[in-house]
Amino acid sequence: MPSALVFFNELSDVPSKAQRELLTLASRFDQSTLAVASEVSQDAQNVVANYGLSKLLVAPSQGDIFVDHALSVLEAAVKQSASDVVLVANDNFNREVAARMAVRLDGAVITDAIDVATDLVVTKDELAGSYSAQAQSTGGTLFVSVKPNSIDDDPQSSGQQLEVQNLAIQSATAAQVRVVATEAKAVSDRPKLTEARVVVAGGRGVNGDFGPVEDLADALAGAVGASRAATDAGWITHDAQIGQTGVTVSPQLFISAGISGAIQQKAGMQTSKCIVAINKDVDAPVFEIADFGIVGDLSKVLPQAAEEIRRRQA
Amino acid sequence: MTEETTAPLKIVVLVKHVPDVQFDRHIDSDTLRLDRSESVLSELDEYAVEAAVALVEAQGGFAAGHEVIAATMGGKSASNSVKRALQMGASSGIHLNDDALAGSDTVATSKALAALIEHVGAVDLVVTGMSSTDAETSVVPAQLAERLNFAQLTHALAIDFDGASREVTIRRDHAERTLSLAATLPAVLSVTDQANEPRYPNFKAIMAAKKKSITEVSLADISLSAAEVGTAGSRTSVLNATERPAREAGTVINDSGQAGIALVDFLAEQKLI
Ligand SMILES: Cc1cc2nc3c(=O)[nH]c(=O)nc-3n(C[C@H](O)[C@H](O)[C@H](O)COP(=O)(O)OP(=O)(O)OC[C@H]3O[C@@H](n4cnc5c(N)ncnc54)[C@H](O)[C@@H]3O)c2cc1C
Repeated sequence: MPSALVFFNELSDVPSKAQRELLTLASRFDQSTLAVASEVSQDAQNVVANYGLSKLLVAPSQGDIFVDHALSVLEAAVKQSASDVVLVANDNFNREVAARMAVRLDGAVITDAIDVATDLVVTKDELAGSYSAQAQSTGGTLFVSVKPNSIDDDPQSSGQQLEVQNLAIQSATAAQVRVVATEAKAVSDRPKLTEARVVVAGGRGVNGDFGPVEDLADALAGAVGASRAATDAGWITHDAQIGQTGVTVSPQLFISAGISGAIQQKAGMQTSKCIVAINKDVDAPVFEIADFGIVGDLSKVLPQAAEEIRRRQA
Repeated sequence: MTEETTAPLKIVVLVKHVPDVQFDRHIDSDTLRLDRSESVLSELDEYAVEAAVALVEAQGGFAAGHEVIAATMGGKSASNSVKRALQMGASSGIHLNDDALAGSDTVATSKALAALIEHVGAVDLVVTGMSSTDAETSVVPAQLAERLNFAQLTHALAIDFDGASREVTIRRDHAERTLSLAATLPAVLSVTDQANEPRYPNFKAIMAAKKKSITEVSLADISLSAAEVGTAGSRTSVLNATERPAREAGTVINDSGQAGIALVDFLAEQKLI
């Protein structure tokens, strides 16, 4: 059976849902290794051990280096582990690192995967999820970036022995790209947009007030998203943007409020399991893909729904 | 404005001819390739062309000797995307036209584009969109940085160029942070839709574009063989592609004062709460 390598650029004490999904995927393979390009705490190691991985390769960076350190670590880890498949998260940074490494090591790269079978056939989304395709490598190491929410997080065992090894990487030549400033983003208590079970998104129709959207999201323990019209207007940060040029989400429940459903917007949410739309225009294209639609004013419908959820939960 | 210090910049902006996202798009069930009949310049490449042209304009304009070469690869019709870039202000075009390119994956595409850029020669900056609107992998710019050994400045939310130090600074999102990244030329710059507002060519610009040249090159001209690109040169093979059933519209109700309650009933029915 092929062997797998999971690569994380960073790993906090509590691995993210997307990271746990990758570990679950790796545990399907006989031999699986994790390589991390930053420090790994004992807490994080304990979590990783539960996924039955046999080895952890660690190589923290000296200082804030953009892409060069990740590339050196991944290159060394692939060579040392001689893995057949490398699994990374589907965010821009990780897929770029994987794709560069595929070029460097004459391997293959497949993005937007939703599954990787043990015979290394990859199932992936095409055309914003309107197609599902299967692809494989024609030779060389296969690098795959896997979309979040595609694999059920399923730790296998507990108390498994994890061999931790410091990875020797070649002293990096002067980095081509310098990090000249770093700004931390405001942290939210809500679940991460790409990982949330429920997403409530608002568009131009919220008319500057995300209050009702946030309130319903909180009643459902969900994340808050937005259309580009809403982020461009500055009502909410750009990170909340869902769509072709924002994030792609695929939650169990997507509630769209005051969003018309333009093609670029739908590209980021049309693979959601259940879609609910609230829009005051009966002809809004979003109704064509909604499982449940309400023609009405979101400033009335959302608060009423939030209150009703709280009443039933009380 | 003082701009006398900037040595002439040679910028290549990559443009792709893609199926119009406004129409239904299809993957052919025999060839497993995308139907490219209703194609246009990828919307996201307009931000790249705008960034390249605006950068030159801020450095003394084309009169100062700067060049913005719009480059594309693909069959005959791909040159339409170059024409659009010329209307938006690029100074000339180059088209790697070869039927053998069809079916290239990102590894093969970046190989062909890197060879094309090396053929152009002495390029300072390669500018691209953040992603194509068809394959949407968004990894070709990073792969080009790897192949050309250029600095990787990708997914730029904002761009700043200092002519004197020939340094490009961008802002980009990375994990839970926003980074400012700087690199000296040569670099590959990919531009998001946050970075600028692409111009809409006026009549004068459209007329001026007709006088600009588009050079056609073949694979042989850039020292690549057909086996190195297209399906043969790709490292991935597509086994099958299935269209997912289109989503169907469900129940739509009018709010007569109780729709919020009806919404919760629906969620309860679907076991979502
Ligand atoms: C290259 C490119 C990339 C793009 N990428 C994205 C992307 O990633 N994400 C994205 O979202 N967009 C993207 N867009 C923009 C997209 O085309 C649309 O312009 C955008 O999605 C519109 O946002 P909206 O639906 O909020 O606004 P609108 O289209 O203006 O719709 C607002 C809706 O709110 C309804 N409404 C108003 N008031 C109320 C109320 N009180 N109650 C209920 N309903 C109300 C209206 O009936 C209307 O349907 C992109 C565009 C381009 C060209």
